[in-house]
Amino acid sequence: MKRNKSLLLSTPYILWMVIFTLVPLGVVLYYALTDVETGAFTVDNMSKLVRYLPAFGRSILYSLISAVICLLIGYPVAYYMTQCSPTTQRFLYMLVMLPMCMSFLLRTLAWVGLLQDTGIINNILEAIGLPRLPLIRTPAAVILGMVYNYLPYMILPLYAIIVKIDPRLIEAAEDLGCNSTKVFSKVILPLSMPGILSGMTMVFVPAVSTFYISNKLGSTETVLIGDIVERLFKQGDNPNMGAALSLLLMVLVFVCTGIINRFGGDEEGAVIV
Amino acid sequence: MKKFNRVVTVLIFLFLYAPMLVLLIASFNVGKDITEFEGFTLMRYVEVFQDRSMLTMLGNSILVSVLASAIATVFGTFSAVGIYNLKPRMRKAVMSLTNIPMTNPDIVTGISLSLLFVFVGSKLLGQKESLTFWTLLIAHITFNLPYVILNVMPKLQQMNPALTDAAMDLGCTPLQSFFKVTLYEIMPGIISGAIMAFTMSLDDFVISYFVTGLDFITLPVEIYNYTKKQLEPKLYAMFIMMFLLILVLMIVMNLLQVRQDKQKKRREGR
Repeated sequence: MKRNKSLLLSTPYILWMVIFTLVPLGVVLYYALTDVETGAFTVDNMSKLVRYLPAFGRSILYSLISAVICLLIGYPVAYYMTQCSPTTQRFLYMLVMLPMCMSFLLRTLAWVGLLQDTGIINNILEAIGLPRLPLIRTPAAVILGMVYNYLPYMILPLYAIIVKIDPRLIEAAEDLGCNSTKVFSKVILPLSMPGILSGMTMVFVPAVSTFYISNKLGSTETVLIGDIVERLFKQGDNPNMGAALSLLLMVLVFVCTGIINRFGGDEEGAVIV
Repeated sequence: MKKFNRVVTVLIFLFLYAPMLVLLIASFNVGKDITEFEGFTLMRYVEVFQDRSMLTMLGNSILVSVLASAIATVFGTFSAVGIYNLKPRMRKAVMSLTNIPMTNPDIVTGISLSLLFVFVGSKLLGQKESLTFWTLLIAHITFNLPYVILNVMPKLQQMNPALTDAAMDLGCTPLQSFFKVTLYEIMPGIISGAIMAFTMSLDDFVISYFVTGLDFITLPVEIYNYTKKQLEPKLYAMFIMMFLLILVLMIVMNLLQVRQDKQKKRREGR
């Protein structure tokens, strides 16, 4: 195909994406730097960001913990999937993907039903003679909600990378005298690094910006940055402050994913899910 | 080791599906409380079909996701062909542009689009209500496009470029060779991109929540409004029906994949 024709085909797309992804980010910057009442230029919103640092710290901490838990429990699942027959693999893949397509609001709400003080888990505990536990309105409940919601984003990229590992490499390592632990630590784990990194990113990014989970499963002590942004936009009527916060959120995500990906050098770890 | 992995896998699937099970049981519950089963009923499913406003919201959701994914699929497919034929450096730049909505948190995408629409609508055009059906549709097309591009692109790269040349040698015009050869070869990518875009659109809450106005509300946004008030048990019935719909869609997608693999094997075997 001629170059000018390919330009003709791709230009509308480039224009669309510039107008609806790059320009909006500029508008966010504009709102962040103007006053909510007068619309005049100000750095007030930016200087007020300090007030929200505890929530930022909490969001980062919780989502990092969630990402690590997802990795620890997701890896065995992804690895097990690659050992199954192709038909089973396809079926399991579908089972992992299915929850991602369902309303996360209602699924999170089901967790409220499970974890409540008078909820299903506590009812079961009581029925077998154990004391009721304070499960809901704790940081652990928020982290559980994150792990639950974003676990598929860890399993799928891990699976996609592990399934591509050449079995001959494993055989070679075994022939050269590695036991199964060594095969894992010297061959399989290093080769699944791109999957680990993209899984960590794909869990961390939505977790750090979530705004429903801690609202339902957490307490006032566990308010996350996403909750604050949502409140500023939808109830607080201070979109300018909200814009400043989302700007910081964006920078934060950019930096954190940069750090996560730095660990892996410049390997191509991007996986489409 | 394998035994350990199997046990973990079973436990994780239980964990992933426990809330679904809770919602399934709740959808047959006579009582309103999710934690207490008071008796079996199918009334919740009947109620879904009696509730006009809920059906309207579902209709809205389906309308937006069908339109957005259809537009994004056609637009995205032609764009992917264009991008594929760009010079490498330009192609790389366009692909990083494509990755922006994929890597940005949903809440940032939603807020930035909503601010754009409000800015253009109220400040530049002086409209009272700047968030409408059209802004919602634009937002959905925008986050659907990368899914289509990222699904079609690998198929274009896998395609043997000699095929289109052969078609043109045999007398096809470039346009004919595109429709008869290229389109056929990349069809699996187009279909999976379209299905992915549709399901993402149908279930999207965060972005829709910020860009939708009061006159056009989709089901996920309405569910959010419900969860703030007293929860209606018919929502659980709705959830289960959506679950079945998506399950069927995924099975269809899987069967298409299996058939394609078989065809490929047969072709290679010959």
